[in-house]
Amino acid sequence: MKALPLSELPTGQWGRVVSLKARGMARCRLLDLGLVPDTPVQAVRRSPLGDPTAYRIRGALIALRREEAGQVLVTPL
Amino acid sequence: MPLATELRERFNIHPDPGAAVIALAGNPNTGKSTIFNALTGLKQHTGNWPGKTVLQTQGTFHFGGKKYILVDLPGTYSLLANSAEEIVTRDFLCFARPDATVVVTDATCLERNLNLALQVMEITSKVIVCVNFIDEARRKNIFIDVDCLARELGVPVVVTAARNGLGLTELKAGIDALARGQIVTSPRRLIYDPDIEEAVARLEEKIPGEIKEWINARWLALRIIDHDRSTLDNIRQYFKVPEWGVLRERYKYCPT
Repeated sequence: MKALPLSELPTGQWGRVVSLKARGMARCRLLDLGLVPDTPVQAVRRSPLGDPTAYRIRGALIALRREEAGQVLVTPL
Repeated sequence: MPLATELRERFNIHPDPGAAVIALAGNPNTGKSTIFNALTGLKQHTGNWPGKTVLQTQGTFHFGGKKYILVDLPGTYSLLANSAEEIVTRDFLCFARPDATVVVTDATCLERNLNLALQVMEITSKVIVCVNFIDEARRKNIFIDVDCLARELGVPVVVTAARNGLGLTELKAGIDALARGQIVTSPRRLIYDPDIEEAVARLEEKIPGEIKEWINARWLALRIIDHDRSTLDNIRQYFKVPEWGVLRERYKYCPT
């Protein structure tokens, strides 16, 4: 299946991390949050204004801005 | 003033002969402060980290006739220093060199907490991992194989339910044994890709002796490769080493 940015993953759906587009500290930050390749991640809830979105990552609920989530490529599960 | 005392003073740790300094690290919301309060009771002192608006809490407890100064570090996911909290945590471990470091983890999402534990173990080998919220994990049918975890990590592991006071004596005993040198750990070392390992080996040789004595050379070599400016700047601030500038200049163009 084609990879898409995590920011485009519909609410409720699970995806699997394929790769990160971010470089440098931004990449480090995403890795620290647990977004390493092959990690399952779920888009749980979008805030009223559409940004940020809460994602379930390795057992924790974490809010990411569109620009951050857009740096993560996932394949929908 | 000896270097050890001077560096600790910079972090508001006042000399207290015979007392051991214990750092409490962990991800945010792992119950770190609950553990801190349970261990120290009301014997605590709050202030700020020098030059930062990050809160610092220190407290003391006694175990086996020895005094322990417990320092509550800010909750972080990482030590790769993106934020003031991460810089404080990393600098404390790196420069104040606590006699033991407790990494508090959340049993209900242990996996995501091990990133920090491994990063701490890259700086110091005197680490004890505390798996907190064990009561909540059991409620969620999560069982932690403590022996296996300790074996895999190469450091002692203690389970706690700090809100109910469970496991705190074991934690104190673990800290005590580690600080006294009765337990020798062998932290799992991360092996990087061959090209990185080769660069690390080359760099380690070039790190001046007086820095190596104080800071884990492998860890520092990895930070140089990362071009971690804040670590390098702080080292230059703490150690007056002339070759340091040259070393830093040479690796200025390393890809980040």
